[in-house]
Amino acid sequence: MRALNRKLLRDLWRLRGQVLAIALVIASGVAVLVMSLTALEALRGTAEAYYERYRFAQVFASVKRAPERLVSRIAALPGVQAVEARIVELAILDVEGFAEPVIGMLASIPEHGEPQLNRLALRQGRFVAPGRPDEVVISETFSEGHDLNPGDHLHAIINGHKRRLDVVGVALSPEYVYSIGPGALMPDDQRFGVLWMGEEALAAAYDLDGAFNDVAVSLLRGAAEEDVIDRLDLLLARYGGIGAFGRKDQVSNWFVMNELDQLKNLATILPTIFLSVAAFLTNMVLNRLIAIERSEIGLVKAFGYSSLEIGWHYMKLVMAIAGLGIVIGWGLGSWLGSFMTEIYAEQYRFPFIYYRPGPAAYAIAALVSLGAALLGTWGAVRHAVALPPAEAMRPPAPPLYRRTRLGALAQKLDQPTRMIFRQVLRWPLRSAMTSLGVALAIAVLIISLHWLDAITHMVQVYFFDAQHQDVTVALVDPQSSVVTREFQRLPGVLAVEPGRMLSVRFRSGQREKRESITGLPRDARLQPAYDAKGEVVPIPPEGLVLSKKLAEILGVGRGDSVTVEVLEGRRPVREVPVTGVVETYIGTAAYMSLEAANRLMRERPSVDLLHLLVDPLEQSALFAELKELPKVSAVMLRRATVDKFYETMARIMYIFISFYIAFACTLAVGVAYNSARIALSERGRELATLRVLGMSRLEISYILLGEVAILVFIALPLGCLCGAGLAWLTTGLFETDLYRIPLVIEPSTFGYSILIAVAATIVSAALVRRRVDHLDLIAVLKTRE
Amino acid sequence: MPATAEARDPRGEDRVTLRARGLTKVYGSGEVAVRALRGVDLDLYQSELLVLLGASGSGKSTLLNILGGLDRPSEGQVWFRDLDLTDCSESALTRYRRDHVGFVFQFYNLMPSLTALENVALVTEIAPRPMAPAEALALVGLEERQHHFPAQLSGGEQQRVAIARAIAKRPDVLLCDEPTGALDSTTGIRVLEAIEEVNRELGTTTALITHNAPIASMADRVVRFGDGHIVEVTENPDRRPAHELEW
Repeated sequence: MRALNRKLLRDLWRLRGQVLAIALVIASGVAVLVMSLTALEALRGTAEAYYERYRFAQVFASVKRAPERLVSRIAALPGVQAVEARIVELAILDVEGFAEPVIGMLASIPEHGEPQLNRLALRQGRFVAPGRPDEVVISETFSEGHDLNPGDHLHAIINGHKRRLDVVGVALSPEYVYSIGPGALMPDDQRFGVLWMGEEALAAAYDLDGAFNDVAVSLLRGAAEEDVIDRLDLLLARYGGIGAFGRKDQVSNWFVMNELDQLKNLATILPTIFLSVAAFLTNMVLNRLIAIERSEIGLVKAFGYSSLEIGWHYMKLVMAIAGLGIVIGWGLGSWLGSFMTEIYAEQYRFPFIYYRPGPAAYAIAALVSLGAALLGTWGAVRHAVALPPAEAMRPPAPPLYRRTRLGALAQKLDQPTRMIFRQVLRWPLRSAMTSLGVALAIAVLIISLHWLDAITHMVQVYFFDAQHQDVTVALVDPQSSVVTREFQRLPGVLAVEPGRMLSVRFRSGQREKRESITGLPRDARLQPAYDAKGEVVPIPPEGLVLSKKLAEILGVGRGDSVTVEVLEGRRPVREVPVTGVVETYIGTAAYMSLEAANRLMRERPSVDLLHLLVDPLEQSALFAELKELPKVSAVMLRRATVDKFYETMARIMYIFISFYIAFACTLAVGVAYNSARIALSERGRELATLRVLGMSRLEISYILLGEVAILVFIALPLGCLCGAGLAWLTTGLFETDLYRIPLVIEPSTFGYSILIAVAATIVSAALVRRRVDHLDLIAVLKTRE
Repeated sequence: MPATAEARDPRGEDRVTLRARGLTKVYGSGEVAVRALRGVDLDLYQSELLVLLGASGSGKSTLLNILGGLDRPSEGQVWFRDLDLTDCSESALTRYRRDHVGFVFQFYNLMPSLTALENVALVTEIAPRPMAPAEALALVGLEERQHHFPAQLSGGEQQRVAIARAIAKRPDVLLCDEPTGALDSTTGIRVLEAIEEVNRELGTTTALITHNAPIASMADRVVRFGDGHIVEVTENPDRRPAHELEW
């Protein structure tokens, strides 16, 4: 081995503490990126493979009742590859031992053979047998939620009749990857389930013999989805079709894609910040590390090594450090990535996980890290090799300090404190970089922690400030508004507020969006329209109030008008003025007064949604009654929705965030340790001299660590400022159709971030302090390093 | 037999400031063990100026380090008056250096971030009975330069600041390791004058290591080192003033 390479290995070993600290900083950046990108890639790959293998349809449509012969006409539409007609109905389920009513989605499957599209992945038991009308296959989430397995049974109110259903199988479907009930934001394994029944059994139960009420279509390669949707709408219109829609609007897929979008944001924005911070720190630390090597560089040059050889030598040193960091980051990132994928897979139901990360994530992370490290080193090495050997071998001339303009204050300082201040002010750039490094670590902590604040705030506004009902009941069909009084008489009901939900398609020029309009009474109290500022929005007697996001999607503002195509009833099409735009955090809501909604539908005052305020003592009695009511299609509990929100979204967020916090701590320790450690290398001789002059270890630690303390102290407010700025930047970028994350940073978030950074500094200081105790006092008497 | 120094006691036992007996120092162990001192006995008397001569590696610096409380002997004992330095804790040694010892280094070792005055104040702030920093600087002839930073001073001036720093605490012992090693002869003589002045004015026991034989003539006693022991001790009844030295 060449002597220079041997020196390299020994240097690495000598600097092992710092090598590890820098490598860990690099590893954090790399791991975050690899974790997020591979998880994203795995989920996307899994979803695509699942859709492909189980033949997930591309266009969906619901009708009131269409004759079976229509299937061949649909199949004949240009661009259509396969058609699956079925019956889909909502029903209230009664599961033994569970007081609350459960919403069941009943979907038909052929009794002979597999469906053409949206095939089921059987997890347990078998498919339904022909001629056994009471057999059902249930969704896996529902099976787990109630511990229902083949051999068990449950009851359902099917078309007004209570029936016993026998579970024969458990399955997953690409249509219900995200198994979400009507009106819910999160899957709820206990309060929503999908039940697949034999086609004939379901047709008989709903008087749909020889007919269907739902159709799924797959397209030929290259077919225009829009054309197929339009033709399908035309075909289904007279059978009560409520508008065909593409895969992107299919509920489960919409949620999956939305969360993938969100994960993509999470996977790009935060790791980019991490990686940049890590790169910056690497750059800063290596720069100072090389500067200390100045005399060795001079020496090696004096021996006759060329600048290029020396440069290459140090590049190798840096590559070894960065390489170590990258390898650690890759390993950690892959492990966390597969862990995250599994966590996601618990929420999205896939029959298999496709975690085979490609090289892209690894390559990007490695290149950025290595590039930053080399760039940081290049400047320092170039500076060092530029010196003539004789000059480089001589220690740098004593730096010229200046009296600080601290004036009267300086008179009161003792000499060690003066040394600290002058040291900081003598190298303002370096001091600023160190402070900035710690500040960035704090900033990363803040942007990680502020998500929790944002979620808490969102939940508070959306679920608590804006909603006051305990139970929301959806009716099978719109009913005359007198139904309100009927519900008022149910046990435990303290107040009832009616609502009307209209399935519509908004159009404005080329833009369109399927949404529902919520018709609200003018004096709504239980669930009024509520904006992000926490204020009730008055609903005008005429016109629409759109959420800001929906207005953006449609490209309209207050005073414009939009075309509303109602997708149910007589399917009126109207131009409706936009009379208000409100900022909301969740969803893309549209509101109208109840009267205006009824007028739009040209119907008498009718409602299909009832919000109930319930006396908790009589809740079970109410549930028992609701389970028996044939006109009820769904019952939603606000408390359960909030709980589920926390259990699912918050859980994933918490896991992600705790990883980010761990990485941010690594950054903080990495910067603080390296700053103190390098300061020790630079000033070891000075400190040892002071020890010889009779200063105690504590006193010289004060001089060394006092500098670090001042720089960290400066970093605290700076970090809070950077953190708030980055948080503002990221929340803006995180916006999806489903969520607008508010910029909320609680004072405690600043507090925790500061505490963590201070703790990291103290730990680093303690580590360096141990070295201060072992300074070689004799060496300083003789040589200069 | 190596010569021993304590037999030649011109001033009486009661004025011994430092007493070393049977000092040996071994660095490393086994095959690579280096014996830096091989049984040294030496007494340093109050207000005497001792010059230690010897080749590199002869053990003189090791002895100075042990006398200054920077290092411990492998065997043997050292007393500062009644204090057994070999028996001291780390913090007691720090205390000893702080209260009783002044060091002058070959490369000055000033704090670049402090002015001349402040460098001296660095020590006076922690010493029990110091002189005013300005007074110490005056003693080495630098009262005009007290507000300059090290980078603004010549090598000789820096070394004189270092001497002022070492003596400002009124130390009982002043240890100088090659104080003129990095200086030209004119500057070196000015530095020696300063050391001589301090020794005379304050009565500080002074030990000075040098390679430079002519310097020996300013000493009360000259101790010659070789291979880890004292080879020769020479009394010098007619000290020459530093300004008469030449090399």
